[in-house]
Amino acid sequence: MLTFLNHLINGISLGSVYAIIALGYTMVYGIAKMLNFAHGDIIMVGAYICFFAVSTFGLPPIVGVLLAMVVCTVLGMVIERLAYKPLRSAPSLAVLITAIGVSYFLQNAAQLLWTSNPKIFPSFLVVTQQNADGTQTVKSGIQFAGGQLSVSYATLITIAVCVVIMLVLTWFTEHTKMGQAIQACSEDKGAAQLMGINVNTTISLTFAIGSALAAIAGVLLCSAYPTLVPTTGSMPGIKAFTAAVFGGIGSIPGALLGGILLGVIEIFAKAYISTQLSDAIVFAVLIVVLLVRPTGLLGKQIREKV
Amino acid sequence: MALLEVSNLGIAFGGLQAVSQLDLKIEKGQLYGLIGPNGAGKTTVFNMLTGVYKPTEGDIILDGKNITGLPPATINQAGIARTFQNIRLFNDLTVLDNVKVGLHNQVRYPMWTGVLRLPSFYTKEREMNKQAMKLLKIFDLDKEAKLKASSLPYGKQRKLEIARALATNPKLLLLDEPAAGMNPNETAELMNTIKFVRDTFGIAVLLIEHDMNFVMGICEYITVLNYGRELAQGTGDAVRNNPKVIAAYLGGD
Amino acid sequence: MRSLRTNKTLRTNVITYAVVVAAFVLFQCLGSAGVLSSTMKGQLVPICAYVLMALSLNLTVGILGELSLGHAGFMSVGAFAGAVTASAMQDSVQSSALRLTVAVLVGAVLAAIVGVLIGIPVLRLNGDYLAIVTLAFGEIIKSIVNNLYIGMDANGLHASFLNNTIVLGEGGRMILSGPMGVPGIKKTATFAAGFILILIALFVIFNLVNSRAGRAIMALRDNRIAAESVGINVTKYKLMAFVISAAIAGAGGALYGQAQNAIIATKFDFNTSILILVFVVLGGMGNMLGSILAAALLTVLPELLRSLNDYRMLIYAIVLILMMLFNSAPAMVQWREQMTEKLRKTFGKEKKEG
Repeated sequence: MLTFLNHLINGISLGSVYAIIALGYTMVYGIAKMLNFAHGDIIMVGAYICFFAVSTFGLPPIVGVLLAMVVCTVLGMVIERLAYKPLRSAPSLAVLITAIGVSYFLQNAAQLLWTSNPKIFPSFLVVTQQNADGTQTVKSGIQFAGGQLSVSYATLITIAVCVVIMLVLTWFTEHTKMGQAIQACSEDKGAAQLMGINVNTTISLTFAIGSALAAIAGVLLCSAYPTLVPTTGSMPGIKAFTAAVFGGIGSIPGALLGGILLGVIEIFAKAYISTQLSDAIVFAVLIVVLLVRPTGLLGKQIREKV
Repeated sequence: MALLEVSNLGIAFGGLQAVSQLDLKIEKGQLYGLIGPNGAGKTTVFNMLTGVYKPTEGDIILDGKNITGLPPATINQAGIARTFQNIRLFNDLTVLDNVKVGLHNQVRYPMWTGVLRLPSFYTKEREMNKQAMKLLKIFDLDKEAKLKASSLPYGKQRKLEIARALATNPKLLLLDEPAAGMNPNETAELMNTIKFVRDTFGIAVLLIEHDMNFVMGICEYITVLNYGRELAQGTGDAVRNNPKVIAAYLGGD
Repeated sequence: MRSLRTNKTLRTNVITYAVVVAAFVLFQCLGSAGVLSSTMKGQLVPICAYVLMALSLNLTVGILGELSLGHAGFMSVGAFAGAVTASAMQDSVQSSALRLTVAVLVGAVLAAIVGVLIGIPVLRLNGDYLAIVTLAFGEIIKSIVNNLYIGMDANGLHASFLNNTIVLGEGGRMILSGPMGVPGIKKTATFAAGFILILIALFVIFNLVNSRAGRAIMALRDNRIAAESVGINVTKYKLMAFVISAAIAGAGGALYGQAQNAIIATKFDFNTSILILVFVVLGGMGNMLGSILAAALLTVLPELLRSLNDYRMLIYAIVLILMMLFNSAPAMVQWREQMTEKLRKTFGKEKKEG
């Protein structure tokens, strides 16, 4: 029972990371109708920035995280302006391939700058206690049920961060002018423009939010799985992208649901069926769900006008 | 037995009852009109007749066969063809190829015959070309046969859509606002073409139109729809003078 | 006999065949004359394989109009089915050409079967959702092959999944060993074989496109609802295009496998699927000659850039982005059209539309 709970919590935590990444995909898809394949690699960049800030320059972790967010936000906005904006009215495949090009670029630039030697991400989601005898104990988690169930702080913080982000984002999109603007542009850019909304700014803002989230996701991901290489963001990116579609692309609650479910399924598959086949199982579940609900779990059923 | 017998046809989208209790009887070779204000449900009726929507109640019997709720391709094979309110051509194919797609089920040969270029490929393609060009000639589109469908002007695109629908050898042809966007000359030409098609091929035509001259000039029988229900039905004169119809749709003189 | 295709289509097709033949003759001659470096020579067959992949994906993406993000899965099936078959025949069949032919046939057929299995559920979806499911299937295939074990002894072929539980009898050997893949392949692929396969693929694709079935498939691409309204069975023709595409991809995979010393499942992953998609998009959707040129050029490009060593993949990425912007950005397209008009006026050439 306790092992089950352990797996469940880990699954929700991994799923939270996927959900945060999926949020970025889904928001960008909603407004720009494109699948930003470079998103996964922005995660990687965020993780590297934080790594260097904390491990190499000794900055406090919170500064590292903020720095990562700032860098990723700028990076995301620059990419949008240079590579995606010129293709806004081009067929969607064109911008997809460009996104792939950007993804390759980021991965290879990272390889050049930081080599493919794995970096070990610092674990700072811990509590350091000063003991009476002057030594320090580093506690990385809490124990339940007399030590039989231990949950790391990283896991708990990840889930908490995800919940907070979801709440903030939902409040943002429904109660602020900018959030409403994003929703409007997602529905109909032309009409939004006629209502006085600056579409360019809104799209840039969406990419900024998505990229900032990616930075957070990168930090959380590497806190749980500390090995960092230029391709670290690739697979989680694909999985989160799948989660976004799974939950219904364009839907924020869908990204949350899809991400969490995907994380849970992956952990359970690794634990109870087979580690080697866990990816296949995750994808198989996705296929089954999409066959039953072709627009994803919470996706809108779009009726084509005939 | 009428060609098309529709009884108690209805459909609800969620809470909205878009069409209800519709009865329709179309005879072989009849020119029938379906009119009414915008949003009355006319295209929805078309979509139910052609299988795009599944009716939630009622039956559609074509030539004795119950086709209610069947998929669109099956219904077309049973004998109903249509055009669309917003033109749906195969834009990247040529004008000729658009009609040849319409002939898909009329002149058939298996995929392998085509891939291996067996002799029957050549004979069947020749046959298809002949039939397609004949249809294009009726609509005066034969000179544009090799052009891309998207390069045609609007009026000709509409005619091409009708030609393609005809190619499927239907018993009943559904035309959704065929005269939309046409000037009086083109409209008169279209009226003649439709009559010619009915006389030559013996098919019934059910059309949706807002141009009253067109409707009155061509339709032998009319059903008026309002809020998804039948408001009136009868010949052109009967409908034109029906006070309910005037109030809801036609307006005073 | 009256020409049954528009002159323009016939002309494009003939040019494509001509280019392929010319390229083959050219490189065969360069090869025999010793002009080609050994790296280049080693690239010839892989280029043919990638060309086949691009052609096959173009059938799905350009002709049928559905995005497939998992085509490397078909390549994988073809490569491994071909490798296992060729390896199994190693001792009994001396002719490498025969082993290659059988390998390619088995690869194509098996990939086609997988195409049917995948196609039936997948092709009911549309657009992005279909794309995502093809991606999922690509990953599933990779996982399955990565955990598959096949060995051969005097009693025939033995297979096991997840763990190697195969007990080999006298003179037995493992052919496929899970994550280790298939090592020690006796290469049977030749440039000539690649050339022939490309010609066959072109023959099939061109003849399919210019036939009743091809028109139905393209009608589905252009307007599915209108296609249904004229009586076209959507599932049948979607499946037809998809399965033929899978078969060609399988043949390409088998060819590829027979040109390597060893193959592992993880090579045929999402990145490979994307690589092939890039060939198709850059070459132009539905444009077979474009796919051939793009596949050939982009496969060779990293090699040509080898001198730039560490920076080559970076430059590849930049080149890709710039090419996409140049090709598809509306502003660029407009600029290009204006330039073309200017040139036309300057040189007074009036191009006659065939």
